[in-house]
Amino acid sequence: MRDPAALPRLLLTLLALALLWPGLSLSELNLGALFEPGNARTMGQFLGDFWPPAHEADFLALLWRATLETLAIATAGMTLALLLALPAGLLASRALSLSALYRGGRPAWWGALLRWPVRGLLIVLRSVPEIVWALLFVRAVGLGPTAGVLAIAITYAGMLGKVYAEIFESVDGGPARALLGAGASRLAAFCYGVLPNAAGEMLSYSVYRWECAIRASVVMGFVGAGGLGQQMDLSMRMFAGEEVAAMLLVFLVLVLLADQLSRLLRSRLT
Amino acid sequence: MSRLLNYLLLGALLLAMVASFRFLQIDFVGLISPDALEQMGDYAAGFLAPDLSRTYLEELGHGALQTLAMSAIGTLLAALAGLLLALPAAGRWGLVAEQAARLLLNALRAIPELVWAALMVLAAGLGPNAGTLALALHTAGVLGRLFAEALENTPAEPAEAVRLAGGGRVAAFVYGTLPGVWPQLLAYSLYRWENNIRMASVLGFVGAGGLGQMLYMSLSLFQHAQAASVILAMLLLVLAVDAFSAWSRQRWLSR
Repeated sequence: MRDPAALPRLLLTLLALALLWPGLSLSELNLGALFEPGNARTMGQFLGDFWPPAHEADFLALLWRATLETLAIATAGMTLALLLALPAGLLASRALSLSALYRGGRPAWWGALLRWPVRGLLIVLRSVPEIVWALLFVRAVGLGPTAGVLAIAITYAGMLGKVYAEIFESVDGGPARALLGAGASRLAAFCYGVLPNAAGEMLSYSVYRWECAIRASVVMGFVGAGGLGQQMDLSMRMFAGEEVAAMLLVFLVLVLLADQLSRLLRSRLT
Repeated sequence: MSRLLNYLLLGALLLAMVASFRFLQIDFVGLISPDALEQMGDYAAGFLAPDLSRTYLEELGHGALQTLAMSAIGTLLAALAGLLLALPAAGRWGLVAEQAARLLLNALRAIPELVWAALMVLAAGLGPNAGTLALALHTAGVLGRLFAEALENTPAEPAEAVRLAGGGRVAAFVYGTLPGVWPQLLAYSLYRWENNIRMASVLGFVGAGGLGQMLYMSLSLFQHAQAASVILAMLLLVLAVDAFSAWSRQRWLSR
């Protein structure tokens, strides 16, 4: 059997290989490093300690505290993010533009100009990964949960602000326009014209983000921002396999529960 | 009744928010005291003058290339491993293999990249090698699952035709199944690559190479000017990837 397309495929593969070749040396890929006798021995010992996971009473107390701290970091960070995102979303959104009322939904140029700095700020806030913010805050306010809360607050304010602004613009603009046209204040137009239609979607997205924040707060612990991640980092440095195994299990259960809870909340509240 | 339950749920959410702040006991008054604000201001001011000297820019370019290489090689390895695991996970080699492969894929996927990176630094030493392996492991879990779904949903007739015409199992897969799912596999892999570029730039925080390691080093040495340029480089990389993916999606997909 002959493959008529063999030659072009071979050439394409060779081209891809030639492009990726420098990447291979840049990424210093070396699967052999995993199986070097020294590395393999320490790793084997480390993994061998995984079963049974640590379950002494004082370790479990520590684990419980770290888990609560992770949940609290995610929740407190989300609360601050909400407080920042709501006004930012209002400022960035075109939904309540007065000048757009008489121009078929397009704000005047100065209105657009004033919205851009807010949008730019939101882009910067969410484009720098949360763990970079966490690292910066750890250096600024010290090790511990405060850095994690601030990092989540800032990154998620950027994401929520953008999404809120889009939700405000995507709901039916009729009620808000009617209120504004009748002389209502912009806050009143927002509360009675936009919010009733937008609340469900906003809540659903916020709850989904809360679920992401839990995962993020564990990961941020690795740079010293408190919670389960920081304990995991410490245990890894001490090669305490049984402790790492217990924490990974707790992490998996936590993510699973958060997923279920967020699904429940989203189906109930929207 | 359902309304009451919703209000109860909302109340519980508010309670959880208050309880979180109580539990963490964050000293917000201390955070916004004049002293602390001045300290924060000094700290932030250090970042306002990024180091844009030629030698450092060259170093940054190397770091960015390393980040790109880590993500590309990691995604490629993950695609290969994912395809290998997707075959049993799609139920092609019996029920036992299917369950085992699914369990493995779930485990690979459930552990975040950064945790894998910390583990790989222990297993394979500092440097981009660990980051590449970490990306490959997590992404193999993600891609394996997606690939398995694609394999399950593809029509079986072309492969059966090859088998009936006397082709072997490998030929049936390569000439019957693969052409149908190939575009989907490629799209999933490219999408994960985009994600992995972002991840690769921060894996260095636990010692796994790339821009992240440069940022961690310069922050540890209080070289805030250099740290500011690394953050700028990360920002540019992320924005460039976003812009490129938006452009290519519009160009290639929305027809």
